[in-house]
Amino acid sequence: MTEATESGEQSRMGGRRAQRLRRERLSSYWFTAGGYFAIALFVCIVLTLLYQSLPLLSEFSLAQLVTSSNWDPAQNEFGFLAAIVGTIYVTILTMLMGTPLAILTAIYIAEYAEGRTKTLVSSFIDVLAAIPSVIFGLVALMVVVPFVGNYLAPAVGSNATGTGILTVSLVLAIVITPFMISLTVESLEALPDELRETSLGVGATKWETIQSVLLRAAGPGIFSAVLLGFGRVFGATIVPAMLIGGQTHIPDSLFSTGQTLPTLIVNDFGELMSMPTTQSALIFAGLMLVIIVWLFNFAAMLARRRLKRRWQY
Amino acid sequence: MDRYAKQRLFGLLARGATGVIISVMILVVGVTIVRGGYVLLTDPSVAITPPGARYTLEADGGFLHAILGSIFIVVPATVISMILALSTAVYLQSDYSSERFSDGVNMFLNVLWATPPIVYGVFVLTVIIAVGSRTSLFFGIIAIAIFQYPIMTRYTDEALQSVADTAKEASYGLGATRFETAQITVRSALPGVVAGIIMGFARGIGDAATVLFTAGRSNNMPGGLFEGSTTLPILIFDNARAQNPELHAQAYAASFVLIVAVLTLIIISRVLAGRYARYVPGGRHS
Repeated sequence: MTEATESGEQSRMGGRRAQRLRRERLSSYWFTAGGYFAIALFVCIVLTLLYQSLPLLSEFSLAQLVTSSNWDPAQNEFGFLAAIVGTIYVTILTMLMGTPLAILTAIYIAEYAEGRTKTLVSSFIDVLAAIPSVIFGLVALMVVVPFVGNYLAPAVGSNATGTGILTVSLVLAIVITPFMISLTVESLEALPDELRETSLGVGATKWETIQSVLLRAAGPGIFSAVLLGFGRVFGATIVPAMLIGGQTHIPDSLFSTGQTLPTLIVNDFGELMSMPTTQSALIFAGLMLVIIVWLFNFAAMLARRRLKRRWQY
Repeated sequence: MDRYAKQRLFGLLARGATGVIISVMILVVGVTIVRGGYVLLTDPSVAITPPGARYTLEADGGFLHAILGSIFIVVPATVISMILALSTAVYLQSDYSSERFSDGVNMFLNVLWATPPIVYGVFVLTVIIAVGSRTSLFFGIIAIAIFQYPIMTRYTDEALQSVADTAKEASYGLGATRFETAQITVRSALPGVVAGIIMGFARGIGDAATVLFTAGRSNNMPGGLFEGSTTLPILIFDNARAQNPELHAQAYAASFVLIVAVLTLIIISRVLAGRYARYVPGGRHS
């Protein structure tokens, strides 16, 4: 009898082990699939966009598309120059305003604020990061557009209505900061305290410490945060679509209306989807966006690696 | 300017920049809550009435369709995305692959993470055209799930990475399989994982660009999986551009609902993260 129960127990143990191993094998297939999914999704997106852009690229040359500013899908004219210039203006203006703001705030959070103030400020930044961009657009329509249209533009002698490149940049400069702030704070806080102590110990002021020791040591992280910020502004869609005015011409002043690549897609997709070339042109705009953002990302990664070696502490 | 004056100046600048950012945040939240709250207080029925037949012209009825559409799109999308993100994040722990390969996967994830949402929208739309279907609730779910996937994976991966190696080693030392060890890792990273999923949900519910061309942008109550629908951000986006002042007012009311939902989600994620902290080795209540 005892033998029988023992062998029964043994086979039960063996069964359990087989079950565990089977579960292990099945789950390992599943997780591996999960890992490959990320790559598959990316490849899938790029290939689909590329394939769908082919009709346009077979009709026009690439140089023709990016150097012509004549955008008139009804006449079969597809010049992306106006949208590209608009995107570049918005991006540069936004980064000029947003970067100092973000880095200074990050310095405050990482180096000046302490205790409860720090927790409070950080959670405010988290809230700012979570506000949907469509709400930024809505509030800006009521606050920033009248401000630019009634005060800022007349002050420099322009008769703009308030929607335009500058308005978009003002709003985007705030929208992208939380993201840059948290990356910068992270890289500042990762620095060892010895760096601060040594620098203060040889008689540097707090600001000198921040400027020539901490910012330099955290430089690679901050630099890549800024590059990722560029990518963010490039792809911002909803805020520009609400505030830029949506006229496809090359902007001639800061207050001028314009078009960016994402707003081109938003404004023209609905009505013109029936025409295959137009559809292909808008998908091509999406493809350009992906490629440029991808380049920025790649640059950020390279910069982090190269600079880390150069700015070693 | 001597170095002490410079130190004071930059100290003030840093405080000033923080002040600007915080006051903008308070302004945005404040304006939305005051204006939207005013609309909702004077006419609370707009949030619970379906839209009328001539909604885009005369603003008859309310925006219940957008609230329901948001829920019907974002909840299933979050579930799908959560399963995918958790699988990828576990894979990235390099128990299942070489470190090099998981670095490579990480690179692709970073690229996906930075991809503008509008591109996901365009991608799903081309898929819709390719399979010969129409924009609908179903494709809205797919688009939002793709959008949330890299975000959630990043949060989950960070949480899993912060688990002490000793927990993993102890588990392997007892003869546990990789799957069983992964269960233990996920459990001890639960606060971060849950917070990440909720953040993904919050991002998904606030995004308009991905669903603009995929969910249908219709002004009817969501009727079925393959019927057109709309979400709160799309409704706000469209109403903000409309001429009718009543539609504007409804945009503010919808923003109020949206911002309250997002803020509540953030608070919930904080509370849950605190509550699950007991699973973390060396955590608060262990």
